[in-house]
Amino acid sequence: MKSLVVSVMVLVAVLAVGARVDAADDARVAAAKKEGKVVWYTSLELQTSERIAKLFESAYPGIKVEVHRTGSGRILQRLMQEHQANIKIADVVHTSDAGHFVYLKKQKLLAKYTPAGTDKFPAGFKDADGYHYAFRATVNVIAYNTKLVPAADVPRTWKDLLDPKWKGKLVTAHPGYSGVIATHVLALVNLHGWDYFKELAQNRVMIVQSAVDPAGVVASGERQVAVDGGEYFFYQTKKKGNPLEIVYPKEGVPLVVSPSAITSFAPHPNAARLFTDFSFSRDVQQVLADSEGLYTGHPDVKYPSDKPKPSELKLLTVDPDELEKRNEEIKKRFVEFFGA
Amino acid sequence: MATPPRGLAGRLSGVERSLPVWVLAALGLVVLMALPLAWLAWISVSSERGATLAHYREAFTDTALQKALWNTVVLAFWVGLVSVAVGAPLAWLTARTDVPGKSLIRALVMASFVTPPFLGAFAWVMLAGPNAGLLNKLWREWTGASDALVNIFSMPGLVFVVAIYTFPYVYIMIANTLALIASDLEEAATGLGAGRLTVARTITLPMVMPAVVSGFILSVLQALALFGSPAILALPAGFHTITTQVWSFFHFPPKTETAAAVSIPLLLATALLLLVQKRLLGRRGYASVGGKGGQRRTIRLRGWRYPALAGCLAVMACAIFLPYSMLAKAAFARAWAQPLTRDNFTLGNFSFTFFEYGATRAAIVNTLELGVMTASVGAGFVALLAYISNRRLVPGHQIVAFLALAPVVIPGVVLAVALFIAYTRPPLLLYGTLWILFIAYLTKEMPVGYAQSEATFRAIPSDLEDAGRILGAGRLRVLRDVTVPLARSGVIAAWCFIFIGVIRELSASIILFTPNTRVMSVVIFDLKEEGQFGAIAVLGLVMLALTFATVSLVQAVLGRDVLGVRE
Repeated sequence: MKSLVVSVMVLVAVLAVGARVDAADDARVAAAKKEGKVVWYTSLELQTSERIAKLFESAYPGIKVEVHRTGSGRILQRLMQEHQANIKIADVVHTSDAGHFVYLKKQKLLAKYTPAGTDKFPAGFKDADGYHYAFRATVNVIAYNTKLVPAADVPRTWKDLLDPKWKGKLVTAHPGYSGVIATHVLALVNLHGWDYFKELAQNRVMIVQSAVDPAGVVASGERQVAVDGGEYFFYQTKKKGNPLEIVYPKEGVPLVVSPSAITSFAPHPNAARLFTDFSFSRDVQQVLADSEGLYTGHPDVKYPSDKPKPSELKLLTVDPDELEKRNEEIKKRFVEFFGA
Repeated sequence: MATPPRGLAGRLSGVERSLPVWVLAALGLVVLMALPLAWLAWISVSSERGATLAHYREAFTDTALQKALWNTVVLAFWVGLVSVAVGAPLAWLTARTDVPGKSLIRALVMASFVTPPFLGAFAWVMLAGPNAGLLNKLWREWTGASDALVNIFSMPGLVFVVAIYTFPYVYIMIANTLALIASDLEEAATGLGAGRLTVARTITLPMVMPAVVSGFILSVLQALALFGSPAILALPAGFHTITTQVWSFFHFPPKTETAAAVSIPLLLATALLLLVQKRLLGRRGYASVGGKGGQRRTIRLRGWRYPALAGCLAVMACAIFLPYSMLAKAAFARAWAQPLTRDNFTLGNFSFTFFEYGATRAAIVNTLELGVMTASVGAGFVALLAYISNRRLVPGHQIVAFLALAPVVIPGVVLAVALFIAYTRPPLLLYGTLWILFIAYLTKEMPVGYAQSEATFRAIPSDLEDAGRILGAGRLRVLRDVTVPLARSGVIAAWCFIFIGVIRELSASIILFTPNTRVMSVVIFDLKEEGQFGAIAVLGLVMLALTFATVSLVQAVLGRDVLGVRE
């Protein structure tokens, strides 16, 4: 069923995009086609990333999207290792750690490019100097297994998770791997201080890496409650019929804004620009909202009715500069408390 | 009379033509290992203001690293013990008793030997995760208990999963030794009135003791160097081992110097262990061991035959049956933790892995390319080295043998750190290409291939070659017409051993890959970090299929199984 919905959306998107490719774009497309592919370093969930890639490939036959999906932390590591060895692979970089983009911009590894249609994006979704724009956003939430957690016990606040009754029943993702989680940790440190995590670690929390993995762990019943994780993937997992429910804690939910940028050394710059424009188009942004459960900066995007709209949530935001500065502190103290 | 001798000049030119080949091979060996290790040592003490011990101080005063070190010691020690506890009885049963199904047991030990440990660890997450794990769910259903039977995310869980794929090392050592010990001494003792236990204690045990200890040491070395299993089982439980710790030093911002400073002592520790093992084996002066001939008495188990078989099969259930079935189930399931009902059945994991997930095909191609390339170059190289050292062709041939076996002491992670340091800078910028992986694999698999080739040449008596030489053929001609045909099957076996080693390699690859040079093991690890169970199971099955296809090839070529004992 879901795949049918997706294919219909693909079709709609293709038709819509196809209609807009007019004569003026021909030269751009021809240049991109000559390059033949665009290499996308992305931290967006693997299958979601592959779907976006397929959308682009059907809109622009002849240009392949090479998806390299891993966690935000791993993406930065690879980019910098490759940079040090003078290897140029990545065209478009997209992670969930806004601090990384502050750093990459400082290192002069980003190209200035403003995707079409982003002028109406809200302030938190674009770089003042025009180097990176937020491709998507999500929030961190609590999620629990509805078969294992009785209604009366459901945690309603972040601090509810500190109750010793949860010992051995919780799962967290890792800020060293995931930008979603790095953002989350900073937001909650600003709200409750490091003591919150020190106490949380007393509950012997299982540690996974990606912010999408807690959804699988909770759905399988390996742990009862996820103490963080990208809401969009909890939503997707729940829609697939898994016994999983999402809690939007009362203190507010950390907003994760995930930038996208073209590298300054992109081997396929034309394809990179075409892909970037495509991914910021209303149709693709609408696909993100509809089938993937993501939020976006696009003002015209409509959200599904079975989940809260961003405006209905109390959002906790973090400053990308602060995220960049405290990157090491976040990882170091997390490891200190949780052990790995 | 056969061919008339060709005269002195012809013989001399034969020698001279072959000389550069030997020298080149020996030189290549030095460069392959010496350059990266020299860089490793240098980086570990280098700073902007000259030599320093600061990196060592920094590394070893860090409490997190101290904990990781201790965890590694605990892990390796227990893996060694458990491997002996499992491997020794199994070896004795198949070598000396009338336990039924011997060839089945041997086949299964071999299967455990070639199973990539990280696939086993991954499967055991699904079997014995404390809550969703199948075995724990069944346990709760049957007993009504609320606690888990086993928690795989723990040190005992890790020891268990590592040991079930490590005990074959002990098995091989002991089974091969037992096969060479004739029973006359044991029979003499029995004839003199010693009871069965006394014979075992005073005769058999002392003779196999060196094999037991060296099996123990080999297991410890395996456990020390393993990356995948700790990453899958220890990290979720909140603890590191030394390999995962070194790997994490490469996370941004990278601490390459610290990684080097940790690597050097690790290298020294493994070298020391192997030295001990060599001493132990070298000491065996027993006339009974190593000799051929003599009858080996079969011990009758009587009523214990079937319980003994059951015990062997129980071990194999842990290493093979359960994990393989779990992988197969996960490959066909939407939700791995749910029963495989019609609603839960899907081919989606296969279509996603092969048709939607772009990384799969490139990774399979890279893996096969590297496997074939490393195995071909490697098998040729080790055959040459083994020939040189076995026939004592150059002065210092002992050094050649030593260097060919030396990489055994280099854990994959350490090798990767060394290669990363050496080849991310001029003059040889190999990082980002398949070549750096090729070098890593070649170096890492050399000892296994060398051991196989050395055994091959040892088995070919040099009289035939001497006869050829006396008849006037040059060394290269003799090599081609006499030695190579005789050594062919041994070389093919070495090829296969290297190939199997390459396609499962993770601990060096995980540090050396770039997006364009990903191999299957790395893709599986990436998928693990994201929790994509279905796709991992599919790729895991592909990897196992490749492995077992290769194993059958070796067996067909050698006419025996890969564990190295002739029945």
